[in-house]
Amino acid sequence: MNRYPLWKYLLILSVLVLGLVYALPNLYGESPAVQVLPLRSNLKADAALLARVDDVLKSAQLAPEVLSQDATSIKARFADTDTQLKAKDVLQAQLGEDYVVALNLLSRSPQWLNDMGALPMYLGLDLRGGVHFLMQVDMKGALDKNLESASGDIRSTLREANIAYAGVSRDGGTVTVKFRDDAARSKGEAELKQRFGGLEFSAREEGGDFLLLGRLKQQEQLRIQEAAVQQNLVTLRNRVNELGVAEPVIQQQGVDRIVVQLPGVQDTARAKEILGRTATLEVRMVDDEHQVGMGAVAPFGTEIFKDSDGTPLLVKKSVILTGERIDDAQPGFDSRNNEPAVHINLDAVGARKFKEATRENVGKRMAIILFEKGRGTVVTAPVIREEIGGGRVQISGKMNTEEANDTALLLRAGALAAPMEIVEERTVGPSLGADNIKRGFDSTKIGFIAIAIFMIVYYLMFGTVSVLALGANLLLLVALLSMLQATLTLPGMAGIALTLGMAIDANVLINERIREELRNGMPPQTAIHAGYENAFATILDSNITTLIAGIALFMFGSGPVKGFAVVLCLGILTSMFSAVMVSRMLVNLIYGRKARLNKVAIG
Amino acid sequence: MEFFKIKKDIPFMSYGRFTTTISLVTFLLAVFFLATRGLNFGVDFTGGTVMEVHYAQPADVNKVREQLAGIALKDALVQNFGSSHDVLIQVPLKQNTMGAKLSEHVVDTLRQQDASVELRRVEFVGPQVGKDLVENGAMALLLVSMGIVGYLWLRFEWKFGLAAIIANLHDVVIILGFFAFFQWEFSLSVLAAVLAVLGYSVNESVVVFDRIRENFRKMRKTEVTEIIDNAITRTMSRTIITHLSTQMMVTSMLFLGGETLHYFALALTIGILFSIYSSVLVASPLLLIFGVSREDFIKPEKTEAEEVLP
Repeated sequence: MNRYPLWKYLLILSVLVLGLVYALPNLYGESPAVQVLPLRSNLKADAALLARVDDVLKSAQLAPEVLSQDATSIKARFADTDTQLKAKDVLQAQLGEDYVVALNLLSRSPQWLNDMGALPMYLGLDLRGGVHFLMQVDMKGALDKNLESASGDIRSTLREANIAYAGVSRDGGTVTVKFRDDAARSKGEAELKQRFGGLEFSAREEGGDFLLLGRLKQQEQLRIQEAAVQQNLVTLRNRVNELGVAEPVIQQQGVDRIVVQLPGVQDTARAKEILGRTATLEVRMVDDEHQVGMGAVAPFGTEIFKDSDGTPLLVKKSVILTGERIDDAQPGFDSRNNEPAVHINLDAVGARKFKEATRENVGKRMAIILFEKGRGTVVTAPVIREEIGGGRVQISGKMNTEEANDTALLLRAGALAAPMEIVEERTVGPSLGADNIKRGFDSTKIGFIAIAIFMIVYYLMFGTVSVLALGANLLLLVALLSMLQATLTLPGMAGIALTLGMAIDANVLINERIREELRNGMPPQTAIHAGYENAFATILDSNITTLIAGIALFMFGSGPVKGFAVVLCLGILTSMFSAVMVSRMLVNLIYGRKARLNKVAIG
Repeated sequence: MEFFKIKKDIPFMSYGRFTTTISLVTFLLAVFFLATRGLNFGVDFTGGTVMEVHYAQPADVNKVREQLAGIALKDALVQNFGSSHDVLIQVPLKQNTMGAKLSEHVVDTLRQQDASVELRRVEFVGPQVGKDLVENGAMALLLVSMGIVGYLWLRFEWKFGLAAIIANLHDVVIILGFFAFFQWEFSLSVLAAVLAVLGYSVNESVVVFDRIRENFRKMRKTEVTEIIDNAITRTMSRTIITHLSTQMMVTSMLFLGGETLHYFALALTIGILFSIYSSVLVASPLLLIFGVSREDFIKPEKTEAEEVLP
């Protein structure tokens, strides 16, 4: 009766072996590494880059332990942090600004483990050190900005349609257009309704004036807010690239918040400066009258900028318009010849300025320059074919789809769509992170040893079995966390300790039950069987209530608490398996095969 | 080895009046301290800035206070943290006009006196985030309570669900009462511990309830009080052994886990101690008060295969 069929033994055994393999990388640990990532889409992390990195390191006499290449980057692993830092400096100096050289940690486990995707647990910021920011996007700011530019557009639309109006003003979330008579208003309403799909209009009379009130439709508000967050995400990603962080996390959280996590970053002041910076965009005319060569001095009133390929371009100093005038930029196709193009929408002021500039400069080139870190790069320099009015600009020619995407993104990412503010910061230094790992590990170790001694003394053989099952539980939990690459935080480590402390409950229930059945005079084999059977329903019930708490914590917890919740939930699942199946397997192997069992060692 | 060799059932239910009074008194005391002293909410909930700085030499806390007063942070809380080399600085939100930039300003100021200052940890929480965390915490508590009542209702009977959740919310209030009385810092991780205790200590009640149900089926002619007494006595050994084991782990965290895990482990310790008490001496008398009876389980329409078992 206390025998498992062979397949069950094999199943349990294979789960344990699998667990062992996936938990193994944690024993090898991680070493400092340098990661080289190309910044632009036309640069690839390929064999050529690998060779170049190898050369640079060799000439600097820095021998990496491992040099490898993956889909997006080249990674070099070093024996110690000193070499790592030296290598970073050398590589950054030699490779130039087209590449990000980031510090990272790489698994020290043998290649065959890496090949099967077995990685060590992913440590959270409180364990590896780093910065966590929660940024709040000012949604009201985004809506105001949108409505402000809409009121400018309303003015120009009415003027173009020759409809007489007395004034346009914005007050909070409402745009008010004043008309002198009812006829003009109804004409204006018809025109505006057609042009501004995102606004809803209502008419009102006040003090002899005929007013038309425009508000953003609910769905338009949502669209604007969503777009604002998305654009801010893109902008932040671009900026974080500069910081040289290997595995940054930049995610939307809730409706209007963005989480930025930068593992390993210590210089929080610089991180804040870069995240908070506003990149600017300028449109200027190109000076084609003078020739420029490398290193030449720019003539008076002009400056030299390089484009993304490094070709110099002579550009006039006077600015036609800045990036603030760009409402939106989207990649698309030229309607005439289906070439990839970028469509830009300018606001009212921008449209007027642009119209004037293009009227005067047909046939010449204009440059769009992105300023970041006080350094300008020419994004694109197209030829003006005709006067462009209405604020709708199309840039096309000599572009493929990918470049059109990049350009649109750069134009949009020039500025944040809505202001952002840091509402939460958590910084953990690397030494504290290492301390935290040690504390978490030590308390788990000591707790485990204490429980093991107690269980073995109290329940003898069954206690030993329980401890082995508990060990299997720890193994499986670590393996599962490594497999899922769930973030392990300090509360998460506390969760591991706690689940181990709680998991023993199942074995205590079983052992007590067996003792009780023996006391009631049952023969040992039957008592073991009954003990396991009767205890199972209780184990299930009690684990489910804990699981409910774990799930609620996961849903409502944030940051470190979420890490605790994940471990708690996974720990319950592994403990059900190990406490019931693994311990039963061991008991079956020890006692199940004996035909006549007179006594069991249960204390 | 065996700690508990109890031959006769202990008449727990006859102490019902006594134990209910005790728990009512502790409960009211906890509520009293919560109301008068309130919880000492950590920066997670109130918003503000917490910084941990490390000095190469033992730090002079008074000097740090003076330095901070020099940059208009007179009411900043400065104290040693863990060792004499580590200093914890807390700045409430209303004094902080610099938002997230405060921490750099403080470190720059401290470095003027001692260049060895190392910034170990910064936590800055804005007012909106703190408010959200309080709301989310309350929601989580509500969801856990409802989930547990719902599950126990499904698995047993509404009387059991209600008795268990009252007993365990009583534990939660007592933990909070302790935190209010001693003014220990109530942080996000303490909240996590409280919710974990809620899920965990319901186990106790579940184990006893399981036995009660089993006894109702086995002991057909016995009084309800005797059935409950028997169930508690039979499970008592397991209850104490289990909690002892869990407590070993928690004690290990309490002493070795460092400051961050200290209060987490403390909340768990109180929770574990009181959950033993409440599952036995609160939940079960409540069951009697709600009038649990054999008919709750042995209804004709509820007959299942399980029930036929001896």
